Parts: sequence; C-alpha cells; structure tokens
Amino acid sequence: MQSILAVDDSASMRQMVAFTLKSAGYNVIEAADGQEALDKARGQSVNLVLTDQNMPRMDGITLVKNLRGLPGYSSTPILVLTTESSDDMKAKGKAAGATGWLVKPFDPGKLIEVIKKVIR
Amino acid sequence: MGEMSSQGLHQADFDLTQFYAVFFEEAAENLASYESMLLEIDVADASDDELNAIFRVAHSIKGGAATFSFADVTELTHQLETLLDRVRKHELRLTRPMIDVLIESGDVLKAQLARYQGSTNETQDTTDLVVRIKKLAAGEELVAAVSGQRQLRVLIGPLANGAAADSLAELFRDIPSLGALEALDGGQLSAEGMRTFKVTTPSPDSELTELFSFHVSREQIQITPFPPAAQTEVIDVRTDVGGRSNNAESQTVGASAMEGEGFGFFVDLNTLPAARAGNAAAAQAAGDGGANGGVRGKKSDPNKPEKFANIESSTLRVSVEKVDQLINLVGELVITQAMLTQQVKPFDPVQHQALLTAVNDLERNTRHLQESVMSIRMIPMSFVFNRFPRVIRDLCTKLNKEIDLKMVGEATELDKGLIEKIVDPLTHLVRNSADHGIESPVKRLAAGKSANGTITLSAAHQGGSIVIEVRDDGAGLSRERLLAKAHERGLSVRDDMTDPEVWALIWEPGFSTADKLTDVSGRGVGMDVVRRNIASLGGTVELDSAEGYGTRVIVRLPLTLAIMDGMSIGVGSEIYILPLGSVVESLQIKANDIRTVTGAERVVKVRDEYLPVVALADVFQVPAAERRGVAEIMVIIEAEGQRVAALVDELVGQQQVVVKNLESNYRRVPGVSGATILGDGRVALIIDVSGLVKRSSLKPGLSTKEM
Repeated sequence: MQSILAVDDSASMRQMVAFTLKSAGYNVIEAADGQEALDKARGQSVNLVLTDQNMPRMDGITLVKNLRGLPGYSSTPILVLTTESSDDMKAKGKAAGATGWLVKPFDPGKLIEVIKKVIR
Repeated sequence: MGEMSSQGLHQADFDLTQFYAVFFEEAAENLASYESMLLEIDVADASDDELNAIFRVAHSIKGGAATFSFADVTELTHQLETLLDRVRKHELRLTRPMIDVLIESGDVLKAQLARYQGSTNETQDTTDLVVRIKKLAAGEELVAAVSGQRQLRVLIGPLANGAAADSLAELFRDIPSLGALEALDGGQLSAEGMRTFKVTTPSPDSELTELFSFHVSREQIQITPFPPAAQTEVIDVRTDVGGRSNNAESQTVGASAMEGEGFGFFVDLNTLPAARAGNAAAAQAAGDGGANGGVRGKKSDPNKPEKFANIESSTLRVSVEKVDQLINLVGELVITQAMLTQQVKPFDPVQHQALLTAVNDLERNTRHLQESVMSIRMIPMSFVFNRFPRVIRDLCTKLNKEIDLKMVGEATELDKGLIEKIVDPLTHLVRNSADHGIESPVKRLAAGKSANGTITLSAAHQGGSIVIEVRDDGAGLSRERLLAKAHERGLSVRDDMTDPEVWALIWEPGFSTADKLTDVSGRGVGMDVVRRNIASLGGTVELDSAEGYGTRVIVRLPLTLAIMDGMSIGVGSEIYILPLGSVVESLQIKANDIRTVTGAERVVKVRDEYLPVVALADVFQVPAAERRGVAEIMVIIEAEGQRVAALVDELVGQQQVVVKNLESNYRRVPGVSGATILGDGRVALIIDVSGLVKRSSLKPGLSTKEM
C-alpha cells in the first residue's frame, strides 16, 4: 500500500483529506504542522507528501526545504496545498523543491485525480 | 487501487457532512483565540507571530468553509484574509479601526457558523462589513507609504526588448525620493520576455504604476511584495496559467512542467521515480513502501505506520457523559472502599495484617484514582476570564470610560459544571464594576486618580475552594447612601452598624430593583440574584468597599459539586450531613439556655448574640420514639450571612461524601440538597443549609440586637 504524509493544521481539513485518501486505498500518515511532519518523516519513507502552506511552527514551504534535505526524500513527490494560486506562492514552492501545487478548496475527486498523476 | 475512477470520487459521492462537527468545533476555537489575540494586540507594535497567527485563523476557516461550501463564511474570511495578508506582510499598518472591523467580523462569522449548525435562523447581512474590510485592505496604501520603505518585486513584460525596462532605472535616478531599483535578472529578458526588478520605495503601488506607465503599458506592470525569505534565484514565473492542455493524463508532456485547473507541477512527472509505470506494483510486491526507486533512506514496514500515527496528538476529546460516568463509578468505588474500611476496623491488626495493609492500599489508591478522575473535569478559569477583555472593551465604548482589565490566576482550575454556572454571576459583577464602580475619566482625574480605571479579576485555590475576586479601583460604596436607601425601603438599619453589615445590605432583594441606587453608589442591580446563584453552587460571596478607593467582591466556590466535605450528625437513628463549609462551631448546651420569644420562636444566646434555634428532629419529623433523651448538642450553621443554631443528638464525625443528586434520582425534597451513601451502606441526606436558615431566621436586626 502506498503511503501519503498529509500535513494540515486544520483538523477538519486533515480529516477530510485523510478520509479521501484512505477511501482511495492509500495509507495515510497525518501531521498537524511542518515540524510534526518532519519528525514523522524521519525514519520512514512515504510515496507522497501533501502539505498545507500556512501552518503554525513550520509552514509548508519550509517543510519542503527541510524534507529535501532528509535522507530518502530527495525525490519524493511533494504537493503544496494553497488557498491562493498566486505566482508568488508557486515560485516559492518551486524554489523550495516542491513537485507541484494544488489549490484549496478542492473536491475529493480532484485530489485523487491529481495524486494519481504523481504516483501511479 | 487504480480501478477506482477519479470520477467515482467526486464530491457528490462524499458525505462531507460527517466532517462538519470537527470543523465547527475547530472554527469556534479558532475564533475564540482570534478574538483574544485581537484584544491583546498592541496596535503600534504587533509582532509578526501575532499577525501571522491572526491571519492563519481567517485562512484556516476559509479553507474549511470553502471545502464545505459555506459560501458566506468563505466570502467574509476571504476578505479578512486579503486584509490580514497585507498587514502581516507590512504592506499595511495595523490600525485601531482595523481591529474593530476584525473583531466585528469575528462576531459575524460566529453567527454565520451558528446558522449552519442550526442554532439560529438569523442571516447576517455582511454587505456593509465587506465594504469596510475592502476599504481597509485597499485604501490604506497611503498609510502604508508613510510607514516607511517597502520592498517590492516588480515584473515588467512581456516585452519585445529590454530597453523599455531600462528606462525605469533612469526614472529612479531622476527621482531620488522614489527609492531604489535593482535588476534581479542581470538585465536579460526571460524566455517569456519578462524583466524582474526589486524596488525599495516609500511610494504606494498606485504611484509606481503611474510613473512606470510612462514607459511601459499598465498591463505590463506587476507589483508584488518582495518575498521576505532570501531568494537568490530568479524564478521563472509562468503567466499563462490554465492556458495549457488540461489533459494531464497525456504521456506526451515534454520536459516542461504542466498545469491544470487548480493544480500544477514544477517538474516533468515522467522524471519522477514514482510515476514510472509498474513501479508502484513492484513496490507493493516488495512490500516496501519506500521501494520506489529514488526513495532511499531507512527501511520501514508500511504495515506499521501506526507507530507514528499513535503519537499524533497529546490531547483527547471525550464526551462529558463519559467522564461523568467515570466519576460516578469512582464515587461508587469510594463508597465501597469506605464500607470495607469500616468493616475491617474491628479486626485484630496482628492476625489480619495482610488484609489491613491491602485495605490501606486500596484506600490510598482509591483516593488517587478519585483525584485523577476529578481532575479530568477540571478546566482553567481562563475559559471564563477570556470573555472579559471583550466585555470590558464593549463597555468602555458604551460608557465612555477607560478601563484596564487585569487578570490573575487564569490557570486556576475549576470543575467544568461550576465554570459554566459561574459565568453569569461573574459577568454581572464585572459589568457592575465597569458600569457603576469605575468613574468617568473626568471624575477620576478630578479625584486625583489616573484616568484609566482598573478592574482586576483573580482566581486562586484556597484549601478545598476556589476564591474568585472582582476588584475595581472605582468610587466605592457610600455608607450613608446605602443606609438611607435601606431606611427608605423599610429595612431595619442603625447608624452604628459595622461596615460589613452595611455592605451586606446590597444583597437584600429589596435593593435589587432600586434604580436610583445606580446614581448613588452604583451597586445593587440584581446582586441578590448573583448571591442566590452563587449560593446554589454551594458558594459564598462577600463584598468589601472603601468609599473613593474601590470595591472588592469575593466569591468562594467549592472546587467540585461531586464531592463535599461534610459533618455527619445524628438525629434519632438517622444520620444527616451538614456541608462543613457552613458549620461555624458546635457547642454543648443546657435546656435552659434556650429561651422562647414571641410565643413560638426559640432563641439561644451565644456570646451576646441571639440565634434562632432549629431542632432538626422537628424539621425532619424524626419520631420521638427513636430519640434518646433531649438534644444537647448545638451546631451553629451559617448561610448567606445568617446564622442559626441546629439542635442535634449526636456529632458522628467529619468525612468526604460523594454527592448524589436527589432530584434526578427521586424528587426535590425541601430542606435537603442531596444525598450520599455512608460507609455502612446507609443513605444519608445532605441538609440544604441556606434553605434551613431562610426558613428559620429571625426578622432582620433581631439576631444582632440585645433583648
């Protein structure tokens, strides 16, 4: 089973994302902020990281940068969820080493659709 | 996996309502902290952390609301987010009017969410509010400009050649006050014909656009805040969002990144190890979640991700019913343990050493268990206190007063049930302090005080109770006017009454409706109700005041309603429990110490004070046949400032009792506030002291007057 690390500070969003991913047959590891995600990423590898941008403690972009420095994460696909699809945001994501972005809100079908493009 | 078509996973097939509850709860928590952050924030010196945290609330609620299609919530939070985003990026300076609008928006959001939760049908008209937020978000560029230099990223293009953009540099040379322009692209046009500059300027965006438009068309100018994060690399920002093929399934996508509606990739997916066909299957076959090519690192067992999932959160939400059930069961356990302890008392300690040690251990463990379980229901006073900054703020605006609120001991814990019930009385007291205690700034200055009044809210544990104090440095109570008012109302008062006695007049029901009193000393509006509510929680309230200096109201409450320290007394063959807090003293008396006045009322003189006598045997109609002789023990009990002497047959002892609600198990019984189960399994009634005192107290004034 493929594992996805889902990072969002909002419990309801996290729950929805996790539910959607689990329904689609993925194994989901949840984290409430970048720091927690980084801690969880250490010592296990995942097939995809899905992270919110704006979070307390450590935001999504910083998480991406940190993950890229972590053994085993140099090429793991990382998607950044963002409420604004601004170019600035995308530029930051790209510079940090993210694989792609997805605008929030998305419907569950869209999420799976995009994920399937990345991991098949 | 893979069989499930993405169509099959569209929103319609998902019951999103199952996530509503979590969202509502989360939004409520978010809004509460949003409000308190806004109330605390220093307008002149707001930290990035604070601004980001406030922004994050709007952002987070917007995310959820958009997902659940709560359109009005999404719209309002979107506007807030826009405003707050500019503030946190220091494009706009935080202002007082902004905070007002932000707080108001918080209220509207609460109301909107309440409607989705079905608790209200009121719809909110946010047109005006949204206009105001937009104005603040857009119109304040002038304010931002005076606040200092801003760093901006200016994108010019698409251009045919770089020459037009170079004239911008001349512009900055010609007008020094415009600031500085720095090329970030080494003077080269990007593949899309874009030039990128960093501009450091005190001028607003509109002014820059105006000036730049001499050289390039307005459509070719993009001004965005310069990202605070250090970025040396010039990023190729694509501008044709959505203009490309949405057919992301296509395998013909070349080396360039691709975008679809609402998503995009920075890298060619075909270069991703995970994207290679068959690799996922291989990964599954290998049973190794990390087997997808490029992912190295530690081996992990994908079957055991719980190891990490388990430490997800350090708190747990449990329904109150579950906790109450636990408390109830522990209560039963305490009773059983007490029974055991009593049963083994007569045993010979030498012969039954092991049993007695075990019973001792059981007692200790039970006590610890009980304390731990009770602590689950304990929540910090901040739950109550947190509302007061807002209350005070609103009152200040309404009353044109300046009031500082100080809060001490917010971490002090109190039973959840009590917390909920203390909110109203405390709010009443705080309002009274603000409304009638604190004087207007003019009056305060005239009296040689600071223009700002101070209300201090404090909470502290004292033994088995919590002491909550509401203190103000206002005008205080006027002794003369209180006495005059009491006289007017026909209450029995004397000029030589002590201060505490005079202050106690405040609690008289007659004072509560006295509208003139607000002009006098200001207190008394519904104070009897406050006192009654607090008494019903097993608490007491006292007031102390000094004219010109302020007033202090002290509320004492038990930490919990579930356990009580009681004094068990015997009347005939029955055992009753008196709440220990209401017992003043117990005395041995002789029959002739009791005198009869006005034919029926009996009084006893205790240290120059005549107290009404209540024979509990009469009150509870204990048959004379069960009694042994005449009651010779008197327990003086006090409630709401009144004392009575209760005649009992026997003092059995002091013990902690687990309070069982009689009303829910049987029915309301006058004179009885609850019941408990004794160590020997018998039921003992807990006496409602304030009810007893009320029924038997003498006419006002008589209890203190020499006869």
